[in-house]
Order: sequence, then structure tokens, then C-alpha cells
Amino acid sequence: MRNSTLALMVLLALAAVGCSKNTIPDPEATTAGSEVGSDTSTGGYGDDGLSGGEFVDNDLLGPDGQMGMIIYFDFDQSELRPEYTDLLSRHATHLANNPGISARLEGHADERGSREYNIGLGERRSQTVRRMMLIQGASANQISTVSFGEERPASTGSDEEAYSLNRRVEIKYTQ
Amino acid sequence: MRKPYMHSLQRSVGTLLMVTCCLSARAELVIEITKGVGQRTPVAVVPFGWEGSGAGAPLDIAGVIAADLERSGRFDAVDEISMLQKPTAGVDVDFDDWSILGVEAIVVGKVTQTGDNAYSIQFQLFDVFGKQQLVGYRMPASRGTMRSAAHRAADMIYEKLTGIPGVFGTQVAYVTSQGQGAGKTYTLVVSDADGENENTIMESRDPIMSPAWSPDSRRLAYVSFEGNQSGIFVQTLRTGNRIKVSSLPGINGSPAFSPDGRQLVLTLGGVDGNLDIHTLDLNGRELTRLTTDRAIDTEGSWSPDGREIYFTSDRSGGPQIYKVSASGGTAERVTFEGSYNARPRMSPDGKKLALVHLDRGNYRIAVLDVETRQLLVVSAGSQDESPSFAPNSDSLIYATRQGRNGVLETVSADGLVRSRLAAGQSDVREPVWSPFPLF
Repeated sequence: MRNSTLALMVLLALAAVGCSKNTIPDPEATTAGSEVGSDTSTGGYGDDGLSGGEFVDNDLLGPDGQMGMIIYFDFDQSELRPEYTDLLSRHATHLANNPGISARLEGHADERGSREYNIGLGERRSQTVRRMMLIQGASANQISTVSFGEERPASTGSDEEAYSLNRRVEIKYTQ
Repeated sequence: MRKPYMHSLQRSVGTLLMVTCCLSARAELVIEITKGVGQRTPVAVVPFGWEGSGAGAPLDIAGVIAADLERSGRFDAVDEISMLQKPTAGVDVDFDDWSILGVEAIVVGKVTQTGDNAYSIQFQLFDVFGKQQLVGYRMPASRGTMRSAAHRAADMIYEKLTGIPGVFGTQVAYVTSQGQGAGKTYTLVVSDADGENENTIMESRDPIMSPAWSPDSRRLAYVSFEGNQSGIFVQTLRTGNRIKVSSLPGINGSPAFSPDGRQLVLTLGGVDGNLDIHTLDLNGRELTRLTTDRAIDTEGSWSPDGREIYFTSDRSGGPQIYKVSASGGTAERVTFEGSYNARPRMSPDGKKLALVHLDRGNYRIAVLDVETRQLLVVSAGSQDESPSFAPNSDSLIYATRQGRNGVLETVSADGLVRSRLAAGQSDVREPVWSPFPLF
């Protein structure tokens, strides 16, 4: 691989990690999105989700400034860490209050082991989040799940730090 | 299996005396050498003669045969430079000359043009010590089929010398990914077993997974995430036509054809995400559910007699291999060694099961002998995955890591002969070996 290509890949990897703040993010960090403001129109699915309501809870904005959230998981676990409970229930409430909007839960796993089994691990994590949201008032027809297993890593490294960034569920609002 | 004529993997020791004195003790040498690594039988594949218009034959057939035999890891093809003579027919072979080089077998041949795009390829394989022909064959070819004919010749030579059917005329399907992030693209590719003739079957911005060959080599089943949801497609290679055969809510994954080509085993998750094994009749589209456990049950594949489905399940806490009757019933656990065993693939002869096994912190390919229950680790990486048997049950192909990228490796089922396929710029994964071509 040429040095310039390698350098580009390193930069991209660093950028990807940088967006996630290089550690397991504290869920409070999503309030950084409040600087973006709810009326910023950058396109994408998140915007349509806002048309149904007047006030948007800026805490519901994900690290990319769109409505959403990323939930991280421990190795070999699909159990929800307690620190996500509050924020997740606010997303659930948002769905419950806006029956016209939907969310897709995208489950992921780190790269270790067999690919199709990792699809299962990602799905298990999506389902954990889904069940939590249903209990909190969202309806089943508002939530869909998909698992990408190890196919769409957030971080391309092969170390524990990269793995911890890849074991996640991304909540994305769809129309 | 037919007893091979030359069952020795003798190392060339370079002197006639050494070789002849060991002839009578050949049986002992066989035992020694099969334990060794890198013992290759020296063969000479002499450049083929040419009779026709133009400077030479459209293809260096001897070159293709020599490369095939070398790539198998069992043969050492003598360089053209070392060849004192270049016979093109048996009558011209001076066996004593070749013995001096330490060569045990020699292939000679010629290509004769018989029409505008018609050729006749003739080859002969000789045992140098016995000074006898082992096989002679003639076959017609066009420019377009000449490479395939060369592989067929290599297969016949290989089988005569080892007793094992050659797989040089087979194909491999695999997935490549290129780029990063939003610009990432995925490609499903089919190539010859030697990496030539790469054909893009399908290209997508969304992940492609789990390619599987139909038994007649005409179709590939695969998982595509187009539209941001998983679906299973069956695509006919010659026409490019594809049918979506499963797109139920939730996960659709892990397709594999039954030995009669009429069914797929696949994984469905449903709305509740409970992954289970199902079979799908491709004609009537009937689904039959085979597992109901709350665990992840996935990665189903068929036994060669079509009676059983092997699959991965973590119902005991971590992934292990189980099997269940294809007509339904209680699943039976198959692996008991180690904390992680997944992705079972049975050899076409039904004697071995390839799987991904966690070996002291490394994900490696292992082969389970179905009868003795012995588990043999055959790869040496840390992220090895997706094993697939060659149709002769003698080799496997799998994906391993080279730096950031995935690359493909083949290994003999006994783990002794391993070789890496040339790595390009892409990240290559999920190789699957085609069946024997139907002629």
C-alpha cells in the first residue's frame, strides 16, 4: 500500500474515532448537539422527523447533529448499561408522543469471530433497545431493527478500543 | 479412492544413485514425507509444441499446468532453463536425462491448429523412473476454451500422480470491499481457482454477505443489505437475473443450497429478532422451521446426503456446532472442545467438518473428523473465518488478515500445505469454492 494511501486511511480512521471522542462516550456528551440547534437544516432523514412537533429536545440529537443516539455495549453483552436508561426513555417518549414518526435500530458487533453469528449479536442488541422502547411507550409499528453485524464498523482498528466503538446500536429516525 | 501410481512426495535429492537406492524402500519414504512440510515432487512440464499459423499457440498451456501443479503445494515444476531438451511427444523423451535432474514425472504435449478457431491439444504424462506413460489424452479447444482445457489437463495429471481429483478447473466466489465510510462499495466476484477471469457478479453500496454456490454451479445465493435491510437473493450467473427469495421483517441471512439444489437453508430473525434455522423450497416457496430455541441459531449448511443441517447455536452459552435432521427434530450438539465453534461446513465426502474455532485467543480454521471426533487446527492467523472445502474434500479456502485487509488462503485438509492467494488492494472476504464443473 502506498504511503499516501496509508496516510489517508490513518486520517480517516482518526477522524472516525475523533467523532466518537476516542473513549466510550458519556451519554451526556450528546448535549453537545445542542450547539447545532434544531433549526439547522443539513438535510437527511432527521429533519423530516422534526416536522411533526414544534419543540425538539436537543438532548435527543446524536453526535452527528441529527435526531438519534448511539448506545454502546460491553464485550459479549447485549444488556443495556444503566447510564443509557434515561436518554433512551426520552427517545421512547418522543416516539410515543409522535405516532407518525419511526425509528430504525441498527445493531452492530465487533469484528471478532464468525460474520453471520455477529449479525445475531448485533440483532440481540437492537432487540434489547427495542424492548426497552416498547416498555416506555413507543409502539411496535414505529420501530424496525436491522443488524449489520461486523459489516459496518465505526472504527476500523483491531484493538479493544476499536471493538468497544463497534459494539453499538444506532437509533436513526426515519420517515 | 484409486491407489495412486506415484504416491510418493519425494524430495529431489539430485543424484541418480540416491534415488535408485531408495526405490525399494519407497513405502517408508511415504510415511516420513507426509509428516514433513514443503516436500514437493519434482516434475517437468515441457513447453508444448505448436503446429499452426502465427508465432505460437494462443496460450502457454504448459505454463498453466505447471502453475496449477505448483500452486497445489505438492509439486515443484522445473524451470524451463534447466531443461536440456524440449520433447513434444513421448518418443522424443530421453528418460535418463530427466532422471539426472531428479525429475520424477514429465509432461509433454503439443497444440495443433485444425481450423480458424479450432485446435487440438495433446499431452502425455510419463513416469521417469519406470519410463512409462501414465496418461495420454487429446482434446479439442477454441481460443476461448483453451485455458479451461489446460486446467482439465492439470486435473488429470494431478489425479494420476496423487490419487486425488484435481480442482484446477473450479471457481471461487468471494466478496470484496473497497473504500471507507460513506464511499464504501462491496462487490461479489467469481474467478477461476487460480485467480484469473475475475467477473463482477454484483456491486453495491450496502454490504453483501454469505455467497453460496448452487450444486450445478449456475447460481449464487447471497445476502444483500440494499435498502438498509437484509434480503436473500438467488442470481443466475450466465444471465445476471436475480430473484429475491427472502425479505421477511428482521434478519434474512446465511443461505446455503441443498445438495439437490431445490432448497435453501437460511436464517430468519423475525420482528422479535429470534434467529432460527429454516429451509425454503425454491419452487413452492414453502418455509419449514427447524429450530425454535431463543438462542442465536444461524450459519446452517447441509450434509452431502441432504439429510442433516449443521448450524451454529449459542444455546449452551457460547457458539457451538449442532446438527438437526433436515425434516425437523431435536438438535444434537457436535462440538465439545473449546468455548467458540461456529460456521460449520461439511466436506463433500462427508468425512470432515470445517469450522471457526477459538484457539487460545485466536479465531482459526479447524477441521473436525466426523468419525474420530478429532479436531485439528489448520490455520495460523488471529481472525481467520469463512472456511469452504474444495469439491475434492482435500483443500479448504478461507479468509485471513494481512494488515488491514482480508486475504484468501488455501490449506490442505491435513493442515500441512498452505498457500496465500495474491493480495490486491481490496479487502477480500467470504470465499466459497465452487462444485466440480459439470461438462
